[in-house]
Amino acid sequence: MSKGFAENRTDVTMSELVAEPRPKPAVPMKPLGISSNLLGYIGIDTIIEQMRKKTMKTGFDFNIMVVGQSGLGKSTLINTLFKSQVSRKSASWNREEKIPKTVEIKAIGHVIEEGGVKMKLTVIDTPGFGDQINNENCWEPIEKYINEQYEKFLKEEVNIARKKRIPDTRVHCCLYFISPTGHSLRPLDLEFMKHLSKVVNIVPIIAKADTMTLEEKMEFKQRVRKELEVNGIEFYPQKEFDEDLEDKTENDKIRQESMPFAVVGSDKEYQVNGKRVLGRKTPWGIIEVENLTHCEFALLRDFVIRTHLQDLKEVTHNIHYETYRARRLNDNGGLPRHLLHQISPPSRAWKNKARRR
Amino acid sequence: MDKEYVGFAALPSQLHRKSVKKGFDFTLMVAARLSQTLTIERRGVEIEEEGIKVKLTLVDTPGFGDAVDNGDCWMPVVRFIEEQFEQYLRDESGLNRKNIQDSRVHCCLYFISPFGRGLRPLDVAFLRAVHEKVNIVPVIGKADALTPKETQILKQKIREQLEEQEINIYQFPDCDSDEDEDFKKQDAEMKESIPFAVIGSSTVVRDGATRPVRGRLYPWGAAEVENPYHCDFLNLRRMLVQTHLQDLKEVTHDLLYEGYRARCLQSLARPGARERASRSKLSRQSATEIPLPMLPLADTEKLIREKDEELRRMQEMLEKMQAQMQQSQGEQSDVL
Repeated sequence: MSKGFAENRTDVTMSELVAEPRPKPAVPMKPLGISSNLLGYIGIDTIIEQMRKKTMKTGFDFNIMVVGQSGLGKSTLINTLFKSQVSRKSASWNREEKIPKTVEIKAIGHVIEEGGVKMKLTVIDTPGFGDQINNENCWEPIEKYINEQYEKFLKEEVNIARKKRIPDTRVHCCLYFISPTGHSLRPLDLEFMKHLSKVVNIVPIIAKADTMTLEEKMEFKQRVRKELEVNGIEFYPQKEFDEDLEDKTENDKIRQESMPFAVVGSDKEYQVNGKRVLGRKTPWGIIEVENLTHCEFALLRDFVIRTHLQDLKEVTHNIHYETYRARRLNDNGGLPRHLLHQISPPSRAWKNKARRR
Repeated sequence: MDKEYVGFAALPSQLHRKSVKKGFDFTLMVAARLSQTLTIERRGVEIEEEGIKVKLTLVDTPGFGDAVDNGDCWMPVVRFIEEQFEQYLRDESGLNRKNIQDSRVHCCLYFISPFGRGLRPLDVAFLRAVHEKVNIVPVIGKADALTPKETQILKQKIREQLEEQEINIYQFPDCDSDEDEDFKKQDAEMKESIPFAVIGSSTVVRDGATRPVRGRLYPWGAAEVENPYHCDFLNLRRMLVQTHLQDLKEVTHDLLYEGYRARCLQSLARPGARERASRSKLSRQSATEIPLPMLPLADTEKLIREKDEELRRMQEMLEKMQAQMQQSQGEQSDVL
């Protein structure tokens, strides 16, 4: 069962990314016109295969953060997404787990292999978020952590003798768990997403969606989308980073219809119609995690892993990180000379590149 | 009390679906809604069944726990409960006591989220603030979010936490020893299933082959409200309406209200407290006579003499009231 890893490139150096247009996900190149047939096959398209081989050799990093109140199934969902026990469920219920008084940041790394491709997955948990009586500014430790990773990367980058492959601890994707109240977003949800959507890719999801009927789900999703729009919150995939019409059409559909994904997670298997499926067994039926008529877990998985994994990394690197970097270098003033010409606001530069193509 | 929308609104219509014969007395009192603060909403309904009328008043608390900073968000609730006691104390001490309206809160259904890992800090803070003032019946809302095993674990956790935090929830009295075994067994089962895990719904669903039932229809099946294997709704209804309605009222009156009253009078009996009490009561005058520390008469004489007069008068009133109360206590125990 391919998760689409092999189709993604490995981390490339910064100069490559800045100079070249972003390559599209692997699509076999059609011969352009008759001329190439007359000239004979050149073999340019083997670049895809070469990149694939390199990725398989080096593997790649992916860092995903989960944010939400305790008990919304964050750990279970991560384990379901990556089909391994990557997240230690902080509630093996019999344990005396106390809610931390402040938000903690816990990063745990795992290496997952599939089809010869190695992924170093880091799951960043944020226990304590939203659990206190007074949750004012509880997003600050999270924002701080994210910026710290940008800072780490920046420090490596400005070194004279740089590592060949800078270890990437930056948060590529932040899954924000919305509680399925069925009413509307809570003030805390809005506050968090307002602040953090400016520094990291936020993918909002509706947790424990098995408590809503189909109508309730539809209405809730619509209301959430509306509220996010009204509050000017740009979740991933952000409109301004759509590269071309193809991207825009695909992403529009996701933004306006599918998101926020209403998910259910589970690490238990049950027998349904002769098949073993991941699910939750209740007295009134079995909820199948991967059944699209039951919940949208499969959509989330395909989105984060099979189609947009590489894009999540690139937007983190080319947009969020660049924004941070520009701000830092501007603040500092004292730059190494050879970096002076690269201080331009990233989003404009990005758009210019897109227009030039 | 709702912390989030946990299905509470559907419960009242379930409780009285069979009972209403004619006409509703619908009084909706809504406090001014400020953004992100708690409001108290009161709804009154008269229910009649087999010739017996019950005036049910529902008090809702939308907005509870919704804000980013929920510090002290339970204060309006505490205040509301105490205000009802205050009113009753006033009425009880008045001259016309035949038609006292009992607006005291007899039962507080506290909805615990099924998504947490037990009681949250806010739950604990609220329960500690009200447990000596009202009968608390903890309830797990939206119980269809949980599998049976998860429900058991959550209930266990909550029970442990309640004990740990020394929160006094409403205690079901033990059955009489002369009750039959079945009843005792049922009673024990009910006690075991606290906090009750409930699903709220007034929609009628038809799940394929079965008869229409009240429930929630999902693609994978229908969660039925009145199915004891699905949730504890039937237990809750039985307990609230059929078996313990009277006890809830009695405990409210004999224990919680008396506690309030004693505290109130004790603080009045302290020197200096009387003056403070009278000043604070200047702005609140009820239609019936208030034997509690009175307004000083308008007096343009010297301030010292005025104050002396006031003190003397209040002393008299207090003594008279205490005598009245002792008398009324005797009368009341006869009535009950």
